Amino acid sequence: MEPTVVCSGVSKIYQQEAVAVHALTDIDLEIPKKDFACLSGPSGSGKSTLLNLIGGLDAPTRGEIRVDGIALNTLDKGALAQLRLRRIGFVFQAYNLIPVLTARENIEFVMQLQGVPAKERTDKAMEIIQEVGLDGLENRRPGELSGGQQQRVAVARAIVSEPSLVLADEPTANLDSKTAQALMELLVHMNTEHNVTFIFSTHDKLVMDFSRRLIKLHDGRIVEDVRRE
Amino acid sequence: MTRLPLLVRLAWRNLWRHPLRTSLILFAFVLGVWSIVVLAAYGRGAMEQQIEQSIRNLTAHIQIHAPGYRDDPVIDHRLPPPGPSLRAVLAEPQVSAWAARVRVPAVVASERESAGVTLIGIEPARERGLSFIAEAVHDGRYLESDDDPGLLLGRKLAERLETGLGRRVVVMSQDVHNQIADRGFRVVGIFDGSPEAMETGYLFVGRATLQQMLKLGDDVSEIAIMTQARKLPADLVGRFRQATPENDVQSWTALEPLLELTEELSDRLLMIWSLVIFTAMSFGLVNTLLMAVFERIREFGLFQALGMPPRLILGMVLVESVILLLLALVVGNLLAGATLWSLKGGIDLSAFAEGMEMFGYSPIIYPMLTTADFVTANALVFTLGVLACLYPAWRAARYVPVEAITRI
Repeated sequence: MEPTVVCSGVSKIYQQEAVAVHALTDIDLEIPKKDFACLSGPSGSGKSTLLNLIGGLDAPTRGEIRVDGIALNTLDKGALAQLRLRRIGFVFQAYNLIPVLTARENIEFVMQLQGVPAKERTDKAMEIIQEVGLDGLENRRPGELSGGQQQRVAVARAIVSEPSLVLADEPTANLDSKTAQALMELLVHMNTEHNVTFIFSTHDKLVMDFSRRLIKLHDGRIVEDVRRE
Repeated sequence: MTRLPLLVRLAWRNLWRHPLRTSLILFAFVLGVWSIVVLAAYGRGAMEQQIEQSIRNLTAHIQIHAPGYRDDPVIDHRLPPPGPSLRAVLAEPQVSAWAARVRVPAVVASERESAGVTLIGIEPARERGLSFIAEAVHDGRYLESDDDPGLLLGRKLAERLETGLGRRVVVMSQDVHNQIADRGFRVVGIFDGSPEAMETGYLFVGRATLQQMLKLGDDVSEIAIMTQARKLPADLVGRFRQATPENDVQSWTALEPLLELTEELSDRLLMIWSLVIFTAMSFGLVNTLLMAVFERIREFGLFQALGMPPRLILGMVLVESVILLLLALVVGNLLAGATLWSLKGGIDLSAFAEGMEMFGYSPIIYPMLTTADFVTANALVFTLGVLACLYPAWRAARYVPVEAITRI
């Protein structure tokens, strides 16, 4: 079975005036389907950069990244957007939702871009709203939801169109421990029930404890890659 | 197109994230649209009145003269009454009215004063629907027949000559034998005209009476023709020229080139005014949209991360501007419509009447909104508005997702 993500010799160098900053150096990594992997490491270790490269939000300086067998460097901006639309879900640590849309509309947003008929997407959205425990809050806008509720909406949006990969950048950073625990349980549920591959970047020990694979980065290199069953 | 409802919903709600800001720019645009439409109607109304007045003030749509008359309008440059071939063209349905006139320079004298004038012999019945004179007599009566012995005098000239209704004046001119011809006329009607020069510069008598006084026989000075529309059919003047090749046939645009020029100038001024107004408005619009774009950079990054292609982001910002423009056009046009409706009785500028009349304008302007002006004003605002918004929209679409998302 082909891995969901394959990184081969990936490097990312940021040019800051005359100084070249090596954010990632020669990363080789495979994330198989249904994995629940966590990128950890200190600030500046390159975990968010790697997540952004895998999501096609940025391009590596060297090397190749394949998602579901598709080499990202062969795609233009429009095709990358299509790939993200069809195959990748994102959860960010904050400012995650579109403020002018209600919770249900946020969840339907990706499906609407995909051209899913109105009835079907509303049914799916309501189903996932129940699944993430937001029943009754579907017509609230993000400003009317707590941080935990907002992250649940973001998770629901990320998985409602059944992508093969969800990338979550510090998903628990703004949550209290109880809400973070509940969110991680929800993500584990999504991973097992919906067969979605998850990759996190985090500092949070709670997230690491939930992960089945721990990938540690330091100064842009993978220094440890441990699988825990 | 399936994404359009999403774009419209996003755009509409984004616009009202800052109600005050959106309301202010909307107000500016409404004001701009209102001023463009109202001024277009005012300018068109004033221009139309000036042209129509000039045409009704004896110019008509087409005139036929003897060669040389236009350079030297004396009795020697006269023409015979219309023959059969000319009458055939005059009978065409495109011709709504026509009349043959005698028109010569003359001197009119009362017992106190005298003045140089243009003396015009008219066919009273034919002048109805052709020139202003039939409706302009407000004191006394209009001429009753070609051989009416009476005379119509302008109100201002009557004041200047210190004469009036029922009094006699003496008119002198030159007859066909280059002899001084004079005759006493009783003033049977006082007419009002605009501009004032119509009242001071013209006298009207029966055509047959004048022909007799000048020993003209049946000859006349000009044939004035009114057609169904001011915009003449392309070949009508040509047909008149064919029918009377020995004479000088001219359309009103050739007879009054200044009028046509003024009309063109008025159109261009209106366009320039619209562009000036629009440019002022567009700064506000572009500024508002740029602010809205800069505030939402992170959101645009999120949109891209979620798979929204750059062209849809561009579309979303454009839809915002389109909604704003359409709202402004609807409200601005409604306000302009209400304003013009309230001014349907005319805009009274009699306080500036002297200056207005000097330029041939009536002191009361009736605004006139043509479909072409309405469509032009709206299309201009809409098209240029959308073009002005391309830049903010392009800026929104070209952010690199990761840079947008990581921006605080």
